[in-house]
Amino acid sequence: MRAAVVTFPGSNCDRDLRVAMEAVFGRPVKSLWHAETELPPLDLVGLPGGFSYGDYLRCGAIAARSPIMTEIARLARRGVAVLGICNGFQILTEAGLLPGALVRNMRLSFVCRPVPIEVATSASPFTADYRPGQRIALPVAHHDGNYVLEPAELARLEDEDRIAFRYLDNPNGSTADIAGVLNAERNVLGMMPHPERACDPLLGGSDGAGLFRSLLAALT
Amino acid sequence: MKARVAIRFRPGVLDPEARAIAKALANLGFEGVRGVARTRIIELELETTDPAAAEAEVRRMSEKLLANPVIETYSVTIAEQ
Repeated sequence: MRAAVVTFPGSNCDRDLRVAMEAVFGRPVKSLWHAETELPPLDLVGLPGGFSYGDYLRCGAIAARSPIMTEIARLARRGVAVLGICNGFQILTEAGLLPGALVRNMRLSFVCRPVPIEVATSASPFTADYRPGQRIALPVAHHDGNYVLEPAELARLEDEDRIAFRYLDNPNGSTADIAGVLNAERNVLGMMPHPERACDPLLGGSDGAGLFRSLLAALT
Repeated sequence: MKARVAIRFRPGVLDPEARAIAKALANLGFEGVRGVARTRIIELELETTDPAAAEAEVRRMSEKLLANPVIETYSVTIAEQ
C-alpha cells in the first residue's frame, strides 16, 4: 500500500489524514506539496479537508487547477484510488473528477458536529469493510457542503449504485441526502464527513476506521 | 481594454444566500419581492486592444476558472477605454 496525502496552501486536515491512514495501514504515508508535478508510484492519494487558497472564488476552485491536480487526474484515469474529504471533495468536483458541485449550506451556518450516516453501498474499495445500510457516526465541519446535482445526474448515480454515504439527518441541504459519491469507475470517492477524525475511541468514535480498513484490504 | 464577467447560478440551482436576503427583505416589510438573485462581477484589465480577441480570451478564462459551468452561467461584456 503506497499512499500519499496532498497539502495545498490552506489545507488543515492533511496531518490528521496521514495519521489515520498510517495507524490502519501500518506504514508511512507520503506527504505531497501541491506544486509537485512528478509523483512517486502510488495506490492511493488523499485530498484533505481545510480551506485551500482561503476558499477564494469558490471552495476548491483554485486548488483544482493547481499543478498536482493534472497528475492526480491522470492517476485517477489509470485506476489509482483517490479519496477527497470535505475540501478535498470540493476540489474533486471542481476538477470534474466527480459530478455535481458543493455550495453554501442551506441554513447558511457552519455545521460542526458528529452526524448519523448510512453506508449506502459497500461495493467500492472505500466501503467494503462496512455492511450496506450500516449506520455510523462521523463528524462534519463545513460551511459549503450542500451537494447540488441535476435530476438526470442523480438518477444516473442511483442507477449505478454510486452514492457511497447518505445523511440520516441532512445537515446542509444536500440533494437526496448525499454525503459521499463515487465516480463511474468507483476508484474516486468524495465525501463531506471526516472519517479521519473518527478513528480512535478517545476522539469520540472509530466508525471512520472502516474506510481505511476497506482501502487496506482492497489495495494490498 | 476592460472586460467584465457576470457570474450567476443557473436557473434551478437554489441559492441559500439569495433566499436569506429575500427573507430579510420580507422581515423589513418590503412586500412584493418575487425573486432575489445574486451575481458576482469580476473585472479584468487586458493588454489586447482587439474586442473580439478579448471576448474570446475572457470566455476561455470563464470556462476554465471564473465560473463553474456545472452550477453557474456567465456573461462577458467588453468595454473600450
